[in-house]
Amino acid sequence: MKFSLSWLKDHLETTASVEEMSAKLNAVGLEVEGVEDPAAKLVGFKVAKVLTAERHPNADKLQVLTVDTGDGQPLQVVCGAPNARAGLVGVLGLPGAVVPAGGFELKKSAIRGVESNGMMCSTRELELGDDHDGIIELPADAPVGTAFADYHGTDPVFDVAITPNRPDCMGVYGIARDLAAAGLGTLKPIAVQAVPGSFPCPLPIRTDDPDGCPAFFGRAIRGVKNGASPQWLQDRLLSAGQRPISALVDITNYVMLAYGRPAHAYDLAKLSGAIFARRAVDGESCLALNGKEYTLTSAMTVIADDQGVHDIAGIMGGEHSGCSETTTDVLLEVAYFDPVRIGETGRALNLTSDARARFERGVDPAFLNAGLAILTELIVEICGGEPSEVIQAGAPPAGTKVVAYDPVLSEGLGGVAIPAERQHEILASLGFAADENWNVAVPSWRPDVDGAADLVEEVVRIHGLDNVASVALPRVDGVARPTATPVQKLERKLRRAAAGRGLNEAVTWSFLPEDEAAAFADGNGGLWTLANPISEDLKVMRPSLLPGLLSAARRNLDRGATSLRLFELGRRYLRGEGGHSDERLTLGVVLAGEKTARGWATGKAASFDAFDAKAEALALLAEAGAPVDNLQVMGEAGAQFHPGQSATLRLGPKTVLARFGMLHPALLRQFDVDGPVAAVELFLDAIPGKRGAATFARPAYAPPALQSVTRDFAFLVDAKLPAGDLVRAVKGADKANIVAVRLFDDFRGQGVPEGQKSLAVEVTLQPAEKSYTEAELKGIAEAVTAAAGKLGAVLRG
Amino acid sequence: MDYASTREEALARIAAAQDLDALEALRIEFLGKQGSISGLLKTLGAMSPEDRQTVGPQIHALREGVTEAMASRKAGLEAQVLEARLANETVDLTLPAPEAPRGSVHPVSQVMDELAEIFADLGFAVATGPEIEDDWHNFTALNIPESHPARAMHDTFYFPDKDAEGRAMLLRTHTSPVQIRAMIEQGAPIRIIAPGRVYRSDSDATHTPMFHQVEGMVIDRGIHLGHLKWTLETFLKAFFERDDIVLRLRPSYFPFTEPSVEVDVGFALVNGKRVLGGSGDAPGHGWMELLGSGMMNRKVIAAGGLDPDEWQGFAFGVGVDRLAMLKYGMDDLRAFFDGDARWAAHYGFNPNDVPTLSGGVGTAA
Repeated sequence: MKFSLSWLKDHLETTASVEEMSAKLNAVGLEVEGVEDPAAKLVGFKVAKVLTAERHPNADKLQVLTVDTGDGQPLQVVCGAPNARAGLVGVLGLPGAVVPAGGFELKKSAIRGVESNGMMCSTRELELGDDHDGIIELPADAPVGTAFADYHGTDPVFDVAITPNRPDCMGVYGIARDLAAAGLGTLKPIAVQAVPGSFPCPLPIRTDDPDGCPAFFGRAIRGVKNGASPQWLQDRLLSAGQRPISALVDITNYVMLAYGRPAHAYDLAKLSGAIFARRAVDGESCLALNGKEYTLTSAMTVIADDQGVHDIAGIMGGEHSGCSETTTDVLLEVAYFDPVRIGETGRALNLTSDARARFERGVDPAFLNAGLAILTELIVEICGGEPSEVIQAGAPPAGTKVVAYDPVLSEGLGGVAIPAERQHEILASLGFAADENWNVAVPSWRPDVDGAADLVEEVVRIHGLDNVASVALPRVDGVARPTATPVQKLERKLRRAAAGRGLNEAVTWSFLPEDEAAAFADGNGGLWTLANPISEDLKVMRPSLLPGLLSAARRNLDRGATSLRLFELGRRYLRGEGGHSDERLTLGVVLAGEKTARGWATGKAASFDAFDAKAEALALLAEAGAPVDNLQVMGEAGAQFHPGQSATLRLGPKTVLARFGMLHPALLRQFDVDGPVAAVELFLDAIPGKRGAATFARPAYAPPALQSVTRDFAFLVDAKLPAGDLVRAVKGADKANIVAVRLFDDFRGQGVPEGQKSLAVEVTLQPAEKSYTEAELKGIAEAVTAAAGKLGAVLRG
Repeated sequence: MDYASTREEALARIAAAQDLDALEALRIEFLGKQGSISGLLKTLGAMSPEDRQTVGPQIHALREGVTEAMASRKAGLEAQVLEARLANETVDLTLPAPEAPRGSVHPVSQVMDELAEIFADLGFAVATGPEIEDDWHNFTALNIPESHPARAMHDTFYFPDKDAEGRAMLLRTHTSPVQIRAMIEQGAPIRIIAPGRVYRSDSDATHTPMFHQVEGMVIDRGIHLGHLKWTLETFLKAFFERDDIVLRLRPSYFPFTEPSVEVDVGFALVNGKRVLGGSGDAPGHGWMELLGSGMMNRKVIAAGGLDPDEWQGFAFGVGVDRLAMLKYGMDDLRAFFDGDARWAAHYGFNPNDVPTLSGGVGTAA
């Protein structure tokens, strides 16, 4: 909401400075987004008098002027304005000045071969109005040589953000009321002169939709002359950032901006029969003032005559029946529309307007007659004409609310004690009336107030939030208690563990392009797809953390990165029960490019492989407290992975804690990544929690009295046998004595039959009470050989 | 026999031995089974006890002297050999050592940990809720009915789906629905913060369609605006580790709070960057909008299943990315979500910099 200082002073008697006003506006909750002084844009423009005007030797439409700027040294200026003539006093922009409209800097130049030392300006060029038919003509006695900004006068413009609960402050008068209540001056009462009608309104006015339009007040004014509005009115509208159009339109806009009261003026000649509010018929359309055709539904209220729709009620007038320069008779509409209906209609049509903003927040239902009177008075004053009698169709809602209040609440809720009398005074200054029992009548222009807390806000904001003292929250005795949940602790630990392993944490979008999400969909009830995405790239909620990381990897590689270790800890979005989401904590890792760069000691650069992914998966699962020693490496990492170089880590056959491996080359092609890329995804929600209450003491520990011994075994096995199976079999051969089995060799080739491989394991044995005898060792070895034998393994000689 | 000259000669030859092989040859010559000194020892057996008394010690002394000289010469030669070997093992230590990759923690995560640490001290636990929300939790329960203009102002992302109760599914536009969930799940009194991702259909230089917010909520008996002010002051002073943080409270409007308060914080312009601290009204200073907050609306407390005549509370919300930018100097929000490893190396945090109250939650540059 923008308005000039002089406009504010129409309604507020005050001596306060602009700074004081800004501070107070902020303090009462009308946030000042800026204060602009239009005069600041007029630096370098002077009042100047044209001494002579001659035809330009090389151009028919140009003249060569000599212009007096007050220093006795007339300047030569080339000018194309038809009204430029000797004796005219106007505004000259000197070289170096920046023209407000267009923002270009004036320079000394030659125009068609004639030197020009500046520019005589039009109203539009200085953004002081819309006139561009000629240059500004000032009164003949305007002081030549003065800075035009000084001559024009300074009138700062406030730009104030109005919160949606304050429709009353969507008019300058309401802002003045708040400032007066806050002690910054005196509110001038609205001078409403009821203008009596001299003839019956020529058209019947009625409302056929009392829900959408409870009240439709109107009257005609005949014999008006619709030209440009007077300068004071144009200045007001310009300060509000509105373009003056014609007197009739400007006056309705002015009343809206000054009093928050939207209205509409129809060209009476274009209406036929009656004018009335009704529901639109489905499919009916209206060409609005913005030049766009809107198709309406029966849920929308319109203003129509016997011929058709003329106005999308409370939102925007129609192109056909608006006022033009030829209008001589007008019909004024001052109505009350249901705020909910207006909001729904506006959203459905995706149509915003100043009128909608006010109606949808709730205009003052008690201001219809006053609004109509003010409009009439201004039109008659500016455009002449003769008003008809007023027709009042329907009645606006009563708008009378009474709120039970207790002045102790200012302290109990607002945190600041304010004497009851002072609270009474503040409320009164805002238009509230409190009786002796503190039943407070709410003014009709405050639809937002409906409870005691609202009154606390009124009292405290006018009293000043600065006066609220800080009060410490009560604190429990002693040191603060821990608050993190097990999942939060897991998340924190895992994040730092991953970073500690050399991975960089990324935060990528929760939403993906459809095809990328589809590539990772696991068929679990389908993807979450936005109905109104901001772009096709941010459309579907991620079912996995890998696609986002993979795209991040591509961006990095495209920027020349050679080695990437990225991880993200976040949610993947699946379908849950009851139509809700199932958001699961997940950790994704992507390893792309070089694992090690070429080096003097290591030779060629090495790429990441599936075992790098496995190492990350196991290390991070261990950090997460998963029982990594009991995990099984099984297949089926998913179609996104290389079928021969990927696997899952499972606890039992069903619970998948992680998947890892090399990504599928086809997927990398889809993501436009030059492979190979290793990836890990940890499903943290699948990790079983610790059972029972946490204890700090570890189980008792005594180091074994005897040293462990190791024995190596080499087996010939089928080349397809997973090494893990052999290790597990060996481990299980003698659980009492075998404490560890480490596979250290996988050999194929010379000495190993075709279709077989040689696997060698180092078995660690831990004696208990006494050292092993040869016989015992032999027994264990036999058990190991037998267990391996069940897998077809043959001990190598 | 002249044992002394035998000894002299043996010692001289040992001293002259040039390498371990020569020394070994001498050991065999003197002390081996057939060695000359070993031979002398053997003669003792054939001597008379008297002779043995006099000659025995001399022979033994000779043997010990030679043995000792032999050992000492051996140690010397071995040291020479080792030195010569080490001289050949010199490496160029200006060559680079094997590189270890360095990982990092994202600033948003770091700041969330900082917030958790600070608020834990004030008795706040961390609560969470779904990001794919229903419109009851995101709007209706927060006193934003369907027709409310504020609903449109939220630039909401919707899904075409409805939940089993017919509620429209959407991406939460703020962390405030966690207020409702926490009240329903935990009751009162309660103190929580709820950090997390939120979404608005908005994208320009300073807005991204996804960003992070942290919600704070306190419900208890007799909680008022003064408690809110103290909590925000205390939190911001702890977070920015500055005692000169000055807040300016402005009345504002949020459907879920009444009274509603927008909170500005004073800053100074230092080399073109905003540095928080001092009053915004001081010379060279300004105010910047940082937080939205207020006393919880009675309707919201009731929607959370609590009696608004018994319980009062406050709530606030602030952008986590914004806090991170203000504290650590990033100036481009979009870079937060790009995954650029160079950015991570520059702005990311060493994983060992775990925020603690005793160390100050922040990590110095």
